[in-house]
Amino acid sequence: MVNKVYNNRAWLLVLPMLALVAFSAIIPLMTVVNYSVQDVFDANTRFFTGIEWFERTLNDAGLQAALLRQFAFSFTVLAIQVPLGIGIALLMPKRGWQASAVLILITLPLLIPWNVVGSIWQIFTRGDIGLMGVGLRELGYGYNITRNPVDAWATIVLMDVWHWTPLIALLCYSGLRSIPEAYYQAARIDRASKWAVFRYIQLPKLTNVLVIGVLLRFMHSFMIYAEPFVLTGGGPGSSTTFLSQSLATMAIGQQDLGPSAAFSLIYFLIILLVCWVFYTAIMNMQKDKAERGGV
Amino acid sequence: MAEIILKSLAHSYSENPSSPQDYAIREMSHTWHQGGAYALLGPSGCGKSTLLNIISGLLNPSEGDVIFDQRIVNDLPPEERNIAQVFQFPVVYDTMTVFDNLAFPLRNIGTPESKVKPRVREIADILDLTAQLTRKAKNLTADEKQKVSMGRGLVRDDVSAILFDEPLTVIDPQLKWKLRRKLKEIHEQFNITMIYVTHDQLEASTFADKIAVMYAGQVVQFGTPTELFEAPAHTFVGYFIGSPGMNFIPVSATSEALMYGDLSIPVGQRLVDAARRCGTDNLKLGIRPEFIEVAVAPGDGDLEVSVKDVQDLGTYRIMSCYLGEELFKVRLNEDQPLPHGLAYLRFPERWLGLYADEYRVEIEHG
Amino acid sequence: MSLILENIDHVVGASTHIEGVSLELAPGSFNVLLGRTLAGKTTLMRLMAGLEAPTHGKVMMHGRDVTGVPVRKRNVSMVYQQFINYPTLSVFDNIASPLQLARVDKQEIRRRVHETAEMLHIEHLLDRFPLELSGGQQQRTAMGRALVKDAELILFDEPLVNLDYKLREEFRDELRELFKAKNCIAVYATTEPNEALALGGHTAVLHEGRLLQYGRTEDVYHRPRDILTAEMFSEPPINVMPGLVSGSEVSFDDTLYFPVDEVFSRLDPGAYHFGVRASHISLSRLHPTDLEVEVTVELSEISGSETFLHVRNDIFSLVLHLGGVHRFETDQRITVFLPTHKMYAFDQHGAIVHVPSHRGGR
Repeated sequence: MVNKVYNNRAWLLVLPMLALVAFSAIIPLMTVVNYSVQDVFDANTRFFTGIEWFERTLNDAGLQAALLRQFAFSFTVLAIQVPLGIGIALLMPKRGWQASAVLILITLPLLIPWNVVGSIWQIFTRGDIGLMGVGLRELGYGYNITRNPVDAWATIVLMDVWHWTPLIALLCYSGLRSIPEAYYQAARIDRASKWAVFRYIQLPKLTNVLVIGVLLRFMHSFMIYAEPFVLTGGGPGSSTTFLSQSLATMAIGQQDLGPSAAFSLIYFLIILLVCWVFYTAIMNMQKDKAERGGV
Repeated sequence: MAEIILKSLAHSYSENPSSPQDYAIREMSHTWHQGGAYALLGPSGCGKSTLLNIISGLLNPSEGDVIFDQRIVNDLPPEERNIAQVFQFPVVYDTMTVFDNLAFPLRNIGTPESKVKPRVREIADILDLTAQLTRKAKNLTADEKQKVSMGRGLVRDDVSAILFDEPLTVIDPQLKWKLRRKLKEIHEQFNITMIYVTHDQLEASTFADKIAVMYAGQVVQFGTPTELFEAPAHTFVGYFIGSPGMNFIPVSATSEALMYGDLSIPVGQRLVDAARRCGTDNLKLGIRPEFIEVAVAPGDGDLEVSVKDVQDLGTYRIMSCYLGEELFKVRLNEDQPLPHGLAYLRFPERWLGLYADEYRVEIEHG
Repeated sequence: MSLILENIDHVVGASTHIEGVSLELAPGSFNVLLGRTLAGKTTLMRLMAGLEAPTHGKVMMHGRDVTGVPVRKRNVSMVYQQFINYPTLSVFDNIASPLQLARVDKQEIRRRVHETAEMLHIEHLLDRFPLELSGGQQQRTAMGRALVKDAELILFDEPLVNLDYKLREEFRDELRELFKAKNCIAVYATTEPNEALALGGHTAVLHEGRLLQYGRTEDVYHRPRDILTAEMFSEPPINVMPGLVSGSEVSFDDTLYFPVDEVFSRLDPGAYHFGVRASHISLSRLHPTDLEVEVTVELSEISGSETFLHVRNDIFSLVLHLGGVHRFETDQRITVFLPTHKMYAFDQHGAIVHVPSHRGGR
């Protein structure tokens, strides 16, 4: 039984936080909203455009393609990273110095800054000096990420998998560690197969961490920018141009403030929507649990 | 069907054990007979969990053999030993229904579904789980979960022993006795050896026909609850069984009496002779608080004690008193007159135990 | 100089945790709060400590209204179920911590820590760290921290639950001794009636947020105000059997009855509940007026030196508390004897109308 003392003065303590949030999020966001409904020529000349920029953005074939590409990318990396992460977590040693060593090794990619990751892979895949680029060519495959869209895609996916699978693996590893030994003992006594142990003991206990992992990875991958920008520059053509890069090109490269403001808002809303759907789904799952648990 | 024999068994967690203190289990031999209801009782750290893990096969003993029906099983893993285990905290497969939980061990060995169904229903019926069969195991109460984990052991007809590791820890106090009754029923119904590990004397003596009391890596007594109460074989058993435990006083033997300091304890010659034959200085007399007779006025041969206090425990009282330096606890019935200041104790010979080097000395009572 | 709770309510959201509790604890008294889980013991303690403020009602300490005064400004200490110590501090520093916070002089700290540690038999452990100690020793350290600062009020929230029963026995004896000499108010929450009896002092029986009865522990036990109190304050619970009093007899059904004696003839004819303690039922006739009842054994629970026998017949279930070890087979038929002169009687609303007068020797 946890009881709290009710004291309305506590709300005063929230005020500084509110001010901070106002400056860090609400005011900048409102500026963007402001731009998204106007056509700005210079500091003194601007027209109200209503939802015109939004319509244009939504109908822009290039942006539509980027959005599709973005979804395809996010789902591809999730589909690879989740099972792979679980698999790695299952194979990791459970105790002793080996456990610590593997943990450190696996964490390394997570510590490298985004654009450095891009640079590393840029060099790694170069046809003249990069280990992977040269290696693949030696094997007789005409690997070239600046010409071949498939190569470029595969490389970006591979790079993301290399960079972020450790996160899923770490989350799962901690989830697996929290399963009491008695469960494994009971399963052995029940003569459960390895698969049954995974399916009925490990996987159910991993659901919670996986939900967090998937949510994080989805948001992350949906906003991916620096790595492909450094590695492929969005090419060849626009085959690896994802949403955030399109946006940067529009806002900074072309100074189209109105459309890019509208685009920003749409982008923001998509992420918000997906997260909300995800969040409600989880909450419903848990409410469901609680209700049935109360029987 | 199994008779479980532990032969010259010892276990140490250290690589090169040199002294007895290095052993979690000191060398012992012990037999659990087929179909018995046994308990392994002891305080935490006495080695009972180690012993349980050795029997179930989770731990390989460093010395000696574990024998199931004349077959040495030291190297067999738990899944090949035909045993089931119920743990302290309920272990169920959360995402499965109760039915699937109970069917799990059968399906794992490829039992045809036509045989699984009637068997699961039969076991669910015995455990009063029929109404819960379609529910997800996650949503059961703790006692239902424990019944499910027990049921997973019972469905297999090749299981010859079930090990219980403090199975009632998480059960509501009001439900405990019902589950204890269920356990006894099941033991009577199935011809299965059951070994129940606990630190609680109530759990052990309620469940088991015979109890092995463990202390410092050794079984110090293996006996019925009555034997543990009336004739503890070791001072630890006297202390550990019963609330309050047995009273002990250090004594020395002269040719015709047992002495506590300068005070002669009135005992029969038989006891004195036995004490003299022991050939040790570590002699103690033990008597349970329930068996001491108390008088408010001095009588012939009574021991005078000074009363420290009397606790009213509802329908009986516990009197604490000093005999010299030794604190004695005596149980008084509620109708018994209360002594003040001084009381006079008499130790009935039949309930006196003589302990040499902590172990009971058997004396023929004429 | 006492702690007084005046008509305290504590409501959280839609649920009432404490309802109309009034209680006066005398200085230097040892008080047990007895109740099942969720009876409101912890909440009441938190209200006493000032960790919570009551929704209604007043808390008075030494005649001063301290209702809204937070715990930091009161001189209170608390010991919990879990063994709560600072893991990185030695036992000495753990016990010394309240004094260091109060900026007590170094010499004085040393003196008082040693004194407290000696009282709790952990003097030889002062240099060790909590996690190197056994459960009992960890709890002794936590108690040391509570005792060292001479609090006006010390609260124990089921401190022995996580220890095995032999340690509990020792602790209870020691606590009784310890508080004999102390002048602070001690409050001790427990779910176990036998623990309340073993600790003595005064007992408050709580049930669903309400105070059922408060008084000297033996008095509450022997003269419960109603059925509920009698049931809450007995382990195994007192046996309650519905029966009818007519002009000439008390009957439980057509076959089971006894003639009214002088005591029961004073009750108006009608329906009553009769209570008989588990330890008063015997396996042989001890008194000429004992009522003979045929029953079937459900289970005999043996606790080392005692036997709890659960039996039933068509009319009621009974529990017997027998001294010594007795073996019975389940479903065995036996005869038990109910002492009619040791029976309590309660009216239809549960209020006590008759207390047996058998208790002599006092």
